[in-house]
Amino acid sequence: MSNTIHDMGGMHGFGPVEVEANEPVFHEPWEGRVLAMQRSMGYTGLWTIDGGRHSLETLPPVTYLMASYYQRWFLGLEKRVVAFGLVGEDEIKAGRSLRPGRRLNRTLTVADVPNTTRRGNFERPAQAQAKFKAGDRVRTRNINPTTHTRLPRYARDKLGTVETVRGCHVYPDTAALGDHEHAEWLYTVVFTARELWGEAADALVKVSIEAFEPYLEPA
Amino acid sequence: MRALETILTEKGYVDPAALDRIVEACETQIGPHNGARIVARAWVDPDFKKKLLEDATEAANSLGHISPVGSHLIALENTPQTHHLVVCTLCSCYPWEVLGLPPVWYKSAPYRSRAVIDPKGVLAEFGVALPPDTEIRIWDSTAETRFLVLPMRPPGTEDWTEERLAELVTRDSMVGTGLPKAPDEVTP
Repeated sequence: MSNTIHDMGGMHGFGPVEVEANEPVFHEPWEGRVLAMQRSMGYTGLWTIDGGRHSLETLPPVTYLMASYYQRWFLGLEKRVVAFGLVGEDEIKAGRSLRPGRRLNRTLTVADVPNTTRRGNFERPAQAQAKFKAGDRVRTRNINPTTHTRLPRYARDKLGTVETVRGCHVYPDTAALGDHEHAEWLYTVVFTARELWGEAADALVKVSIEAFEPYLEPA
Repeated sequence: MRALETILTEKGYVDPAALDRIVEACETQIGPHNGARIVARAWVDPDFKKKLLEDATEAANSLGHISPVGSHLIALENTPQTHHLVVCTLCSCYPWEVLGLPPVWYKSAPYRSRAVIDPKGVLAEFGVALPPDTEIRIWDSTAETRFLVLPMRPPGTEDWTEERLAELVTRDSMVGTGLPKAPDEVTP
Protein backbone atom coordinates (compact mmCIF):
# COMPACT_ATOMS: atom_id res chain seq x y z
CA MET A 1 0.00 0.00 0.00
CA SER A 2 1.35 3.40 -0.72
CA ASN A 3 -0.47 5.86 1.50
CA THR A 4 0.59 4.22 4.72
CA ILE A 5 2.58 5.30 7.74
CA HIS A 6 6.00 4.60 6.21
CA ASP A 7 5.58 7.61 3.91
CA MET A 8 6.70 10.11 6.54
CA GLY A 9 8.20 13.01 4.59
CA GLY A 10 6.74 16.30 5.84
CA MET A 11 4.81 14.92 8.81
CA HIS A 12 4.80 16.81 12.09
CA GLY A 13 4.72 15.57 15.65
CA PHE A 14 7.52 13.02 15.93
CA GLY A 15 9.70 15.34 18.02
CA PRO A 16 13.41 16.08 17.83
CA VAL A 17 16.03 13.82 16.28
CA GLU A 18 17.73 11.90 19.06
CA VAL A 19 21.34 11.01 18.44
CA GLU A 20 23.04 8.28 20.44
CA ALA A 21 26.74 8.83 21.07
CA ASN A 22 29.03 5.89 20.26
CA GLU A 23 26.16 3.84 18.90
CA PRO A 24 26.98 0.11 18.53
CA VAL A 25 26.35 -1.61 15.18
CA PHE A 26 23.69 -3.76 16.87
CA HIS A 27 22.09 -2.98 20.23
CA GLU A 28 21.11 -6.61 20.87
CA PRO A 29 22.43 -9.82 19.28
CA TRP A 30 18.96 -10.68 17.90
CA GLU A 31 19.09 -7.57 15.69
CA GLY A 32 22.08 -8.97 13.84
CA ARG A 33 20.33 -12.33 13.46
CA VAL A 34 17.27 -10.63 11.95
CA LEU A 35 19.41 -8.66 9.51
CA ALA A 36 21.29 -11.82 8.55
CA MET A 37 18.07 -13.84 8.09
CA GLN A 38 16.72 -11.03 5.93
CA ARG A 39 19.85 -11.04 3.75
CA SER A 40 19.95 -14.81 3.57
CA MET A 41 16.28 -15.17 2.62
CA GLY A 42 16.61 -12.32 0.12
CA TYR A 43 19.36 -14.35 -1.54
CA THR A 44 16.82 -17.03 -2.48
CA GLY A 45 15.54 -14.61 -5.13
CA LEU A 46 11.90 -15.23 -4.25
CA TRP A 47 11.34 -11.52 -3.73
CA THR A 48 13.29 -8.32 -4.36
CA ILE A 49 14.12 -5.40 -2.11
CA ASP A 50 10.76 -3.82 -3.01
CA GLY A 51 8.87 -6.94 -2.06
CA GLY A 52 10.63 -6.69 1.29
CA ARG A 53 9.72 -3.03 1.65
CA HIS A 54 6.12 -3.80 0.74
CA SER A 55 5.79 -6.28 3.60
CA LEU A 56 6.92 -3.57 6.06
CA GLU A 57 4.64 -0.97 4.55
CA THR A 58 1.61 -3.20 4.94
CA LEU A 59 2.15 -3.67 8.68
CA PRO A 60 -0.68 -1.96 10.60
CA PRO A 61 0.37 1.68 11.17
CA VAL A 62 0.26 1.37 14.95
CA THR A 63 2.45 -1.75 14.82
CA TYR A 64 4.86 0.02 12.47
CA LEU A 65 5.27 2.97 14.82
CA MET A 66 5.52 0.92 18.01
CA ALA A 67 8.14 -1.47 16.63
CA SER A 68 11.85 -0.79 16.52
CA TYR A 69 13.59 -0.95 13.15
CA TYR A 70 14.70 -4.57 13.43
CA GLN A 71 11.41 -5.59 15.03
CA ARG A 72 9.73 -4.29 11.86
CA TRP A 73 12.17 -6.29 9.75
CA PHE A 74 11.37 -9.35 11.82
CA LEU A 75 7.61 -8.88 11.46
CA GLY A 76 7.97 -8.24 7.72
CA LEU A 77 10.14 -11.32 7.22
CA GLU A 78 7.79 -13.52 9.22
CA LYS A 79 4.86 -12.28 7.14
CA ARG A 80 6.76 -12.86 3.89
CA VAL A 81 7.90 -16.43 4.58
CA VAL A 82 4.28 -17.31 5.40
CA ALA A 83 2.90 -15.48 2.35
CA PHE A 84 5.34 -17.30 0.07
CA GLY A 85 4.34 -20.66 1.52
CA LEU A 86 7.79 -21.33 2.96
CA VAL A 87 6.62 -21.60 6.56
CA GLY A 88 3.16 -22.46 7.91
CA GLU A 89 1.23 -20.36 10.40
CA ASP A 90 1.14 -23.48 12.58
CA GLU A 91 4.93 -23.64 12.55
CA ILE A 92 5.22 -19.97 13.56
CA LYS A 93 2.82 -20.72 16.41
CA ALA A 94 4.70 -23.89 17.41
CA GLY A 95 8.10 -22.18 17.21
CA ARG A 96 9.54 -25.13 15.31
CA SER A 97 9.42 -26.85 11.97
CA LEU A 98 6.50 -29.30 11.54
CA ARG A 99 7.29 -30.51 8.02
CA PRO A 100 10.22 -30.49 5.58
CA GLY A 101 11.08 -27.26 3.78
CA ARG A 102 10.30 -26.43 0.18
CA ARG A 103 13.05 -26.84 -2.38
CA LEU A 104 14.58 -23.44 -3.17
CA ASN A 105 16.52 -22.43 -6.25
CA ARG A 106 19.38 -21.27 -4.09
CA THR A 107 20.22 -20.77 -0.44
CA LEU A 108 23.04 -18.74 1.06
CA THR A 109 26.14 -20.68 2.15
CA VAL A 110 29.14 -19.42 4.11
CA ALA A 111 31.09 -19.19 0.85
CA ASP A 112 28.46 -16.86 -0.64
CA VAL A 113 28.59 -14.33 2.20
CA PRO A 114 31.34 -12.09 0.76
CA ASN A 115 29.04 -11.47 -2.23
CA THR A 116 26.19 -10.30 -0.04
CA THR A 117 28.05 -7.25 1.27
CA ARG A 118 27.92 -5.87 -2.27
CA ARG A 119 24.53 -4.55 -3.32
CA GLY A 120 22.85 -5.88 -6.41
CA ASN A 121 22.82 -3.87 -9.60
CA PHE A 122 19.39 -2.48 -10.42
CA GLU A 123 20.30 -0.95 -13.76
CA ARG A 124 18.90 -2.62 -16.87
CA PRO A 125 19.31 -2.07 -20.62
CA ALA A 126 16.89 0.56 -21.92
CA GLN A 127 13.95 -0.70 -23.97
CA ALA A 128 12.95 2.79 -25.15
CA GLN A 129 14.37 6.28 -25.31
CA ALA A 130 14.18 8.45 -22.23
CA LYS A 131 11.23 10.85 -22.42
CA PHE A 132 12.99 13.58 -20.48
CA LYS A 133 16.41 15.19 -20.40
CA ALA A 134 18.27 17.35 -17.90
CA GLY A 135 16.63 20.77 -17.62
CA ASP A 136 13.12 19.62 -18.56
CA ARG A 137 10.26 20.90 -16.46
CA VAL A 138 8.06 18.07 -15.24
CA ARG A 139 5.02 17.59 -13.05
CA THR A 140 4.82 14.53 -10.84
CA ARG A 141 1.64 12.57 -11.26
CA ASN A 142 -1.08 12.56 -8.66
CA ILE A 143 -1.17 8.82 -8.10
CA ASN A 144 -2.47 6.95 -5.07
CA PRO A 145 -1.94 3.26 -5.79
CA THR A 146 -2.95 0.73 -3.14
CA THR A 147 0.17 -1.21 -4.16
CA HIS A 148 3.85 -0.34 -3.59
CA THR A 149 5.28 2.88 -5.01
CA ARG A 150 8.36 5.02 -4.41
CA LEU A 151 6.74 8.36 -5.22
CA PRO A 152 6.29 9.96 -1.79
CA ARG A 153 3.02 11.74 -1.05
CA TYR A 154 4.68 15.10 -0.44
CA ALA A 155 6.09 15.08 -3.98
CA ARG A 156 2.91 14.20 -5.91
CA ASP A 157 1.36 16.70 -8.33
CA LYS A 158 4.38 19.01 -7.92
CA LEU A 159 6.29 21.02 -10.47
CA GLY A 160 9.99 20.20 -10.67
CA THR A 161 13.02 20.10 -12.92
CA VAL A 162 14.89 17.08 -14.21
CA GLU A 163 18.46 17.48 -13.02
CA THR A 164 20.07 14.18 -14.06
CA VAL A 165 19.09 11.14 -16.08
CA ARG A 166 20.24 8.12 -14.06
CA GLY A 167 19.69 5.32 -16.58
CA CYS A 168 17.08 2.57 -16.65
CA HIS A 169 16.42 0.88 -13.31
CA VAL A 170 14.17 -1.93 -12.07
CA TYR A 171 10.77 -0.34 -11.44
CA PRO A 172 9.79 -0.78 -7.78
CA ASP A 173 6.05 -0.49 -8.40
CA THR A 174 5.98 -3.61 -10.57
CA ALA A 175 8.90 -5.39 -8.83
CA ALA A 176 6.85 -5.54 -5.62
CA LEU A 177 4.08 -7.26 -7.58
CA GLY A 178 6.41 -9.99 -8.81
CA ASP A 179 7.87 -8.64 -12.07
CA HIS A 180 11.48 -8.51 -10.92
CA GLU A 181 13.02 -7.26 -14.16
CA HIS A 182 10.76 -4.58 -15.67
CA ALA A 183 12.77 -1.36 -15.79
CA GLU A 184 11.95 2.31 -16.31
CA TRP A 185 14.04 5.43 -16.79
CA LEU A 186 15.08 7.04 -13.54
CA TYR A 187 15.65 10.76 -13.02
CA THR A 188 16.77 13.05 -10.23
CA VAL A 189 13.97 15.63 -10.09
CA VAL A 190 14.47 18.72 -7.97
CA PHE A 191 11.76 20.90 -6.41
CA THR A 192 11.94 24.15 -4.54
CA ALA A 193 10.84 23.90 -0.92
CA ARG A 194 8.22 26.54 -1.80
CA GLU A 195 6.69 24.29 -4.44
CA LEU A 196 6.47 21.46 -1.93
CA TRP A 197 5.56 23.31 1.25
CA GLY A 198 4.15 26.68 0.22
CA GLU A 199 5.24 30.29 0.19
CA ALA A 200 6.35 30.34 3.81
CA ALA A 201 9.11 27.81 3.05
CA ASP A 202 12.77 28.80 2.90
CA ALA A 203 13.74 30.10 -0.55
CA LEU A 204 17.24 28.61 -0.16
CA VAL A 205 16.04 25.03 0.28
CA LYS A 206 15.59 22.51 -2.53
CA VAL A 207 14.55 18.88 -2.31
CA SER A 208 15.11 16.16 -4.89
CA ILE A 209 13.62 12.72 -5.31
CA GLU A 210 14.71 9.89 -7.57
CA ALA A 211 11.70 9.63 -9.84
CA PHE A 212 10.85 6.85 -12.28
CA GLU A 213 9.47 7.92 -15.65
CA PRO A 214 5.88 6.72 -15.00
CA TYR A 215 5.76 9.17 -12.07
CA LEU A 216 6.31 12.14 -14.40
CA GLU A 217 4.52 14.09 -17.08
CA PRO A 218 5.82 17.03 -19.13
CA ALA A 219 5.04 20.46 -17.67
CA MET B 1 13.08 -14.08 16.83
CA ARG B 2 15.08 -17.17 17.77
CA ALA B 3 12.11 -19.38 16.95
CA LEU B 4 12.03 -18.04 13.40
CA GLU B 5 15.73 -18.78 12.96
CA THR B 6 15.12 -22.29 14.29
CA ILE B 7 12.27 -22.86 11.84
CA LEU B 8 14.20 -21.48 8.85
CA THR B 9 17.24 -23.57 9.80
CA GLU B 10 15.29 -26.79 10.33
CA LYS B 11 13.60 -26.35 6.98
CA GLY B 12 16.96 -25.88 5.28
CA TYR B 13 16.38 -22.29 4.18
CA VAL B 14 19.21 -20.68 6.16
CA ASP B 15 22.59 -21.83 7.43
CA PRO B 16 23.35 -20.44 10.92
CA ALA B 17 27.07 -20.35 10.09
CA ALA B 18 26.34 -18.10 7.10
CA LEU B 19 24.23 -15.87 9.36
CA ASP B 20 27.20 -15.61 11.77
CA ARG B 21 29.40 -14.44 8.91
CA ILE B 22 26.92 -11.78 7.79
CA VAL B 23 26.74 -10.36 11.32
CA GLU B 24 30.52 -10.40 11.53
CA ALA B 25 30.84 -8.56 8.20
CA CYS B 26 28.42 -5.88 9.43
CA GLU B 27 30.35 -5.44 12.65
CA THR B 28 33.88 -5.45 11.26
CA GLN B 29 34.12 -4.85 7.50
CA ILE B 30 31.59 -2.22 6.56
CA GLY B 31 31.57 1.11 8.32
CA PRO B 32 32.21 4.84 7.87
CA HIS B 33 35.97 4.22 7.77
CA ASN B 34 35.44 3.16 4.14
CA GLY B 35 33.71 6.41 3.23
CA ALA B 36 36.34 8.42 5.11
CA ARG B 37 39.08 6.94 2.94
CA ILE B 38 37.19 7.99 -0.18
CA VAL B 39 36.70 11.54 1.08
CA ALA B 40 40.30 11.92 2.20
CA ARG B 41 41.54 10.69 -1.17
CA ALA B 42 39.27 13.18 -2.95
CA TRP B 43 40.71 15.97 -0.79
CA VAL B 44 44.30 15.24 -1.80
CA ASP B 45 43.86 13.95 -5.35
CA PRO B 46 42.02 16.22 -7.82
CA ASP B 47 41.86 13.50 -10.50
CA PHE B 48 40.27 11.09 -8.06
CA LYS B 49 37.82 13.78 -6.98
CA LYS B 50 36.83 14.36 -10.59
CA LYS B 51 36.28 10.62 -11.10
CA LEU B 52 34.34 10.43 -7.85
CA LEU B 53 31.93 13.16 -8.93
CA GLU B 54 31.50 11.55 -12.35
CA ASP B 55 31.03 7.94 -11.23
CA ALA B 56 31.35 7.34 -7.51
CA THR B 57 30.82 3.57 -7.80
CA GLU B 58 33.80 3.18 -10.09
CA ALA B 59 35.95 5.64 -8.16
CA ALA B 60 35.22 3.94 -4.82
CA ASN B 61 35.98 0.51 -6.24
CA SER B 62 39.24 1.79 -7.75
CA LEU B 63 40.54 2.17 -4.17
CA GLY B 64 40.37 -1.61 -3.98
CA HIS B 65 40.88 -2.01 -0.26
CA ILE B 66 37.37 -1.00 0.75
CA SER B 67 34.30 -3.22 0.65
CA PRO B 68 33.08 -3.42 -2.94
CA VAL B 69 30.36 -0.98 -3.92
CA GLY B 70 27.40 -2.27 -5.90
CA SER B 71 25.30 -0.19 -8.18
CA HIS B 72 25.01 3.51 -8.43
CA LEU B 73 26.79 5.41 -5.71
CA ILE B 74 26.58 9.18 -6.24
CA ALA B 75 28.92 11.68 -4.58
CA LEU B 76 27.54 15.13 -3.66
CA GLU B 77 30.11 17.87 -3.25
CA ASN B 78 29.52 20.41 -0.52
CA THR B 79 30.67 23.91 -1.44
CA PRO B 80 30.53 27.31 0.26
CA GLN B 81 27.29 27.84 -1.72
CA THR B 82 25.52 24.50 -1.26
CA HIS B 83 25.20 22.02 1.59
CA HIS B 84 23.83 18.53 0.82
CA LEU B 85 21.74 16.47 3.22
CA VAL B 86 20.67 12.86 2.59
CA VAL B 87 17.50 11.18 3.87
CA CYS B 88 15.20 8.29 3.03
CA THR B 89 11.66 9.39 3.90
CA LEU B 90 10.10 6.08 2.82
CA CYS B 91 12.37 3.59 4.61
CA SER B 92 16.07 3.69 5.45
CA CYS B 93 18.08 3.64 2.21
CA TYR B 94 21.70 4.39 3.07
CA PRO B 95 25.06 3.71 1.37
CA TRP B 96 25.94 0.70 3.53
CA GLU B 97 29.06 -0.22 1.63
CA VAL B 98 30.75 3.09 2.35
CA LEU B 99 29.10 4.13 5.65
CA GLY B 100 28.09 0.84 7.29
CA LEU B 101 24.65 0.22 8.74
CA PRO B 102 22.61 3.37 9.33
CA PRO B 103 22.40 4.74 12.88
CA VAL B 104 19.05 4.59 14.68
CA TRP B 105 18.38 8.31 14.20
CA TYR B 106 18.65 7.98 10.40
CA LYS B 107 15.90 5.32 10.47
CA SER B 108 13.76 7.21 12.98
CA ALA B 109 10.46 8.98 12.33
CA PRO B 110 11.74 12.41 13.48
CA TYR B 111 14.57 12.44 10.94
CA ARG B 112 12.60 10.88 8.08
CA SER B 113 9.64 13.21 8.55
CA ARG B 114 11.49 16.47 9.14
CA ALA B 115 14.61 16.41 6.96
CA VAL B 116 12.57 17.39 3.89
CA ILE B 117 10.35 20.05 5.50
CA ASP B 118 12.56 21.45 8.28
CA PRO B 119 16.19 20.79 7.30
CA LYS B 120 17.50 23.80 9.19
CA GLY B 121 15.78 22.66 12.37
CA VAL B 122 17.25 19.19 11.94
CA LEU B 123 20.73 20.56 11.27
CA ALA B 124 20.45 22.74 14.38
CA GLU B 125 19.73 19.62 16.45
CA PHE B 126 22.97 18.17 15.12
CA GLY B 127 24.76 21.38 16.10
CA VAL B 128 25.35 22.40 12.49
CA ALA B 129 24.98 26.10 11.81
CA LEU B 130 25.64 27.15 8.21
CA PRO B 131 26.11 30.69 6.91
CA PRO B 132 22.61 32.11 6.33
CA ASP B 133 23.05 32.40 2.57
CA THR B 134 23.94 28.70 2.11
CA GLU B 135 21.59 26.80 -0.16
CA ILE B 136 20.47 23.53 1.39
CA ARG B 137 19.77 20.61 -0.90
CA ILE B 138 17.99 17.55 0.45
CA TRP B 139 18.30 14.24 -1.40
CA ASP B 140 15.44 11.83 -0.73
CA SER B 141 16.75 8.30 -1.50
CA THR B 142 13.61 7.02 -3.21
CA ALA B 143 15.37 4.59 -5.60
CA GLU B 144 18.43 2.30 -5.59
CA THR B 145 20.81 5.19 -6.17
CA ARG B 146 22.82 5.93 -3.00
CA PHE B 147 24.37 9.18 -1.90
CA LEU B 148 27.67 10.04 -0.24
CA VAL B 149 28.28 13.65 0.75
CA LEU B 150 31.78 14.92 0.01
CA PRO B 151 32.29 17.49 2.78
CA MET B 152 34.57 20.51 2.44
CA ARG B 153 38.17 20.03 3.55
CA PRO B 154 38.72 21.86 6.83
CA PRO B 155 41.06 24.85 6.66
CA GLY B 156 44.43 24.45 8.35
CA THR B 157 45.02 20.96 6.92
CA GLU B 158 47.04 21.94 3.86
CA ASP B 159 50.09 19.83 4.72
CA TRP B 160 48.17 16.84 6.14
CA THR B 161 48.55 13.33 4.77
CA GLU B 162 45.58 11.40 3.42
CA GLU B 163 45.64 9.09 6.47
CA ARG B 164 45.47 12.00 8.92
CA LEU B 165 42.75 13.70 6.90
CA ALA B 166 40.61 10.56 7.04
CA GLU B 167 40.48 10.96 10.83
CA LEU B 168 38.62 14.25 10.37
CA VAL B 169 35.87 12.68 8.27
CA THR B 170 32.90 11.74 10.44
CA ARG B 171 29.98 9.56 9.46
CA ASP B 172 27.59 12.47 9.87
CA SER B 173 29.70 14.70 7.61
CA MET B 174 29.12 12.15 4.83
CA VAL B 175 25.34 12.16 5.40
CA GLY B 176 25.20 15.95 5.64
CA THR B 177 24.10 16.14 9.27
CA GLY B 178 27.58 17.11 10.37
CA LEU B 179 30.79 18.79 9.31
CA PRO B 180 34.27 17.26 9.40
CA LYS B 181 36.20 17.65 12.63
CA ALA B 182 38.46 20.67 12.99
CA PRO B 183 42.22 19.94 13.03
CA ASP B 184 42.44 20.64 16.77
CA GLU B 185 39.73 18.05 17.53
CA VAL B 186 42.03 15.14 16.74
CA THR B 187 45.28 14.29 18.47
CA PRO B 188 48.32 15.21 16.39
